[in-house]
Amino acid sequence: MRRETEILIIGAGVVGCAMARVLSRYETEILVAERMGDVAEGASKANSGIVHAGFDAKPGTDKARLNVLGAKMYPALCAELNVPYKGNGALVVAFQEEDRATIEKLYDQGQRNGVPGLRIVEREELLRMEPNLNPSAVCALEASTSGIVSPYELVYALADHAALNGVAFAFNKPVTRVERTENGFLVRAGEDEIACRVLVNCAGIGSAEIHNQLHKEEEKLKLIPRRGEYHVLDHPEKAPFERTIFQCPTAMGKGVLVTPTAHGNILLGPTAEDIADGTDVGTTAGGLADALEKARLTWPGVSTRTEVTNFAGIRAHEVKGDFIVGETAPGLWEAVGFESPGLTSAPALAEEMGAAIAASLQLRKKETIAPPYRKAKPFNEMTDDERREAVTADPLNGVLICRCEVVTEAEIRAAIRRPVGARTVDGVKRRCRAGMGRCQGGFCAPRVVEILAEELGLPMTAICKGSGDSYMLTGEI
Amino acid sequence: MDKIIQKDLVIIGGGPAGLAAGIAAREAGVEDLVILEREHQAGGILRQCIHNGFGLHRYGEELTGPEYAARDIARAEELGLDIRCDTTVLSVDGDRRVTCVSKADGLTVYQAGAVVLAMGCRERPRGALGTPGTRCAGIYTAGAAQKFVNLEGLMPGKRVVILGSGDIGLIMARRMTLQGAKVLACVELMPFSSGLNRNIVQCLHDYDIPLYLSHTVTDIRGRERLEGVTVMRVGPDRKPIPGTEIEFDCDTLLLSVGLIPENELSQRAGVALTPATSGAVVDDDLQTSVPGVFACGNVLHVHDLVDFVSDESFRAGRAAAAFLRGETPTGETVEVRDGEGVRGTVPQRLRPGRDVTLMFRPAAVYQNASAVVESDGVELARKRALVFTPGEMVALPVKAEKLAGVHAPITVRMEAAKHD
Repeated sequence: MRRETEILIIGAGVVGCAMARVLSRYETEILVAERMGDVAEGASKANSGIVHAGFDAKPGTDKARLNVLGAKMYPALCAELNVPYKGNGALVVAFQEEDRATIEKLYDQGQRNGVPGLRIVEREELLRMEPNLNPSAVCALEASTSGIVSPYELVYALADHAALNGVAFAFNKPVTRVERTENGFLVRAGEDEIACRVLVNCAGIGSAEIHNQLHKEEEKLKLIPRRGEYHVLDHPEKAPFERTIFQCPTAMGKGVLVTPTAHGNILLGPTAEDIADGTDVGTTAGGLADALEKARLTWPGVSTRTEVTNFAGIRAHEVKGDFIVGETAPGLWEAVGFESPGLTSAPALAEEMGAAIAASLQLRKKETIAPPYRKAKPFNEMTDDERREAVTADPLNGVLICRCEVVTEAEIRAAIRRPVGARTVDGVKRRCRAGMGRCQGGFCAPRVVEILAEELGLPMTAICKGSGDSYMLTGEI
Repeated sequence: MDKIIQKDLVIIGGGPAGLAAGIAAREAGVEDLVILEREHQAGGILRQCIHNGFGLHRYGEELTGPEYAARDIARAEELGLDIRCDTTVLSVDGDRRVTCVSKADGLTVYQAGAVVLAMGCRERPRGALGTPGTRCAGIYTAGAAQKFVNLEGLMPGKRVVILGSGDIGLIMARRMTLQGAKVLACVELMPFSSGLNRNIVQCLHDYDIPLYLSHTVTDIRGRERLEGVTVMRVGPDRKPIPGTEIEFDCDTLLLSVGLIPENELSQRAGVALTPATSGAVVDDDLQTSVPGVFACGNVLHVHDLVDFVSDESFRAGRAAAAFLRGETPTGETVEVRDGEGVRGTVPQRLRPGRDVTLMFRPAAVYQNASAVVESDGVELARKRALVFTPGEMVALPVKAEKLAGVHAPITVRMEAAKHD
């Protein structure tokens, strides 16, 4: 199929969807092409979910600037989009006296980057703040503006808001060829040929390949896929740590963290391993053991007894170290090498680059902008009175499908019906948490498949777990 | 605005445990009771267990799961029990207030005189094993696969490896084979199966499905749908031994790696649990640490046979009825402890003065051995057998007269055969 659009965004991760949402405020035509079957299927769904305060990045870099700007935007953005976010603060802990210099360096760097709310905390106070911390801790940098967010839920909300304002999404469209034309670009995406005036490259781990097709040899970029493996533990009655606990950073990144998630689970990881294949998100015995061992330094009492799952994500590390952002060639706007703090930086980059693209195309602002889609308050978080009302309003809230995470049939149907709705079992899981709990869908997956089939008008055998040919069932009896 | 409904007895769960507790309670005179069941029909997991072998002890016949459940349901109907299906309990508190929700009735709060916890158990998923690899489609717990096949008429896969040799896994090995799938292997981490011997014979041997003891799955391959798994032999430390890799090309991995009593509601009600069973700590009335809250069936400890679930749950129903009449015995309880080679003894406390049956699992395989109950060095009961295995729960009766005058903690331990 041949399609035309004024703006083509490649990649429906957090950057692509944030860009789409910002640009949807203007009178223009926007298409987002995504290689996978849903939004947030790459690094955006598989990361630590931390809104970094901004002390890690070298002063003067785009990483430092966008991180600090982005972190400031998060509380209001998540409130507007109704996305789980918590300003829980973070600690970077020195576990030996030699690391004190690193803590002080990070403090200075943070000051230079303009990060508010930083201070160095000594051992005694530190152990009072976080009693489960390894008592061998010496001191720590406290970053009170650090936060936790549900990263994929942010992307869903950004995508929904963009869609409500006219952005089109095309899934299962891997971009294989990009070329410049007289008026812009011609992009081969899946079976489609898409002509556009402006091309926005937010293709994550695939972004260098697109960049390189449109640049001369000396301007070519190289991304190293850096895999990080994580353990996810069930949400305990009482969180072992209130804050996100980092260890001192290494050459490979911020090291292994221990953190509560925005949903109250406990996350241990990530490891950092450079690999050849940027799509290989399998976990390894070695990586998982390494993540656990390193987490033990922070949390001597760590145990995987309540582990619900493990996963790996790929960071797109550009060899020179900084983000590559902005208009790198006429009409080509890019976000390449958007590794950590990419999630934090994405909203700031989108505002900045969105405004620049609008200016370059002389786009007019729309007179009215549709408000965001607001997901209803999760049944699991309601009071009894709210639940009573919810069931009265929609009796399907009286049908519990996922017992571990307390998710109702109404919520599952809403996850499928929202503007950029779930089409797969994993899409349902990440949108409303059915199957996210300790039984990992053992009880609810068959029901979720049934509801998906019903909502989408498909036979149950056509329902997939996630992207591609990930069919759940092989046939009827 | 909170309309609270007073109920003498609220039973959470309408599977075999809840049904038996309800029947026994009604037969013992409890008129005002309700059974809350989240599924569309009562019967619990039996509904999807269409194989036979249920009821041998209780009825002396081999029934299918639905047939076994149907008998209890028929009796419950005869007694006019109020079974509320499609009703999910959201919380129970320490004052026996039960909050539930359903499409038909919305949110309902019961103030119960007594509560029987009969929520059953769930399967351990992949995540709990920490098995590395990809997170592709085609990995199911054996019970989820059973639900697809037996209740939905849908096949979850064609070439199957089964990890774990729990009974549901063994049953599904046969079931998938009968439906035309190729079951390549059943892989068990331990040097023995946790399933019943009759299931190993009837579900694996009869279909030439190899059982790999002391093996485990160490890698899972496949981006979208499962493409294969790596199986390795493990040493006595249960760690994989390099060089023993066996590759299986399969599109399905079924997990039958253990059952976990589903005690989230109990926990929030303040019921004390023990890691030995993952169930509640109970006395010989099956009363938990919260007065008036009883537990029975697989939510208390995972049983091998439904017959024993029913038996235990009849006792829980009668005990709840006695509690409502104010006839629960009081007085000093004696602790019952797991001794050497024993795990998960139930009950964990008892009041000497009545006959009691202690139930537990040996921690390993014992041949030609004895299970011994003692207190303060005095033997109270003993059971000898040619084989004790962790796959078969031991029931060891102790006579009231032996317990008379016992004050010190009671210990249950295994005693290996003496070599002459």
